[in-house]
Amino acid sequence: MSASNPHRLPSKIVKDDEHLLVRAAKRGDTQAFEELVSRYEQKIFRLTMNITRNKEDAEDAMQDAFMKAYTHLKDFGEESRFYTWLVRIAANEALMRLRKRRPNQVPLDQPIEGEDDLMPREIEDWGPSPEQRYAQNEMGGILNKVIDQLRPDFRTVFVLRDIEELSTEETAKILGISVPAVKTRLLRARLKLREMLGQYFQQGGQGELQPGHA
Amino acid sequence: MNCNQVMREISEYLDGELTPDMKRQIERHLEGCGHCRTVLDQVRMTIDIFCDQQKVELPQDISARLHQAVKRRLSAQR
Repeated sequence: MSASNPHRLPSKIVKDDEHLLVRAAKRGDTQAFEELVSRYEQKIFRLTMNITRNKEDAEDAMQDAFMKAYTHLKDFGEESRFYTWLVRIAANEALMRLRKRRPNQVPLDQPIEGEDDLMPREIEDWGPSPEQRYAQNEMGGILNKVIDQLRPDFRTVFVLRDIEELSTEETAKILGISVPAVKTRLLRARLKLREMLGQYFQQGGQGELQPGHA
Repeated sequence: MNCNQVMREISEYLDGELTPDMKRQIERHLEGCGHCRTVLDQVRMTIDIFCDQQKVELPQDISARLHQAVKRRLSAQR
């Protein structure tokens, strides 16, 4: 029984020549910036889509993020990675649209209730390799359905921490919440997603999720 | 340490962010608790499945509009 290493390896998204492209783009090489767009558009769209869960908002947020990145490129200090900086801009753009579209829905800083009982009620065996029991597109459908149903504040933290692999501190900064609040939301998000996936993965189970936020 | 206390720390345990003492306490509990071990494995699996298998396709028309917008912006800057 060991968890001496964090469960994820450092991000493999960023290629080694990123800083060269960024420097060239800063010098006015438009092709270099276009290359950065091509390299990251898929990832940034996944991020904005995961936060907003709305194609139109995700597109707008992505476009505005790249535009802002270009406008402020001269201010980018290169002490962090361009991709991380871009993720920060895109997450903010996506959050702005999420709040606009759903102003009354689960604010990101809403306190979390029911803190006392975290032990899951359902603990079913998922059997060996549940991910191999589904075709790739079928699994994609399940994951999208499940993440769609997660509370937006839990979802956003999960996306930034586990999918984009940002640090707890970076995530807190982007969301304007405290580090302990990020940790609590991440814990809740992970437990909730486990529970929801369990409806599909438990042996012989083909769960159907109910509408509404979990 | 009981199951609920372990659940509270499970995220930070997975991220390797606990103090050595807390980590030891959790591992001692896990050795004797199949339920918590299962939840831990499933949470780990949940994260890995999302990271590796969640596909959000970028539709071609959205990508084309992005590149057009970027080109317009870059040429306006020249």
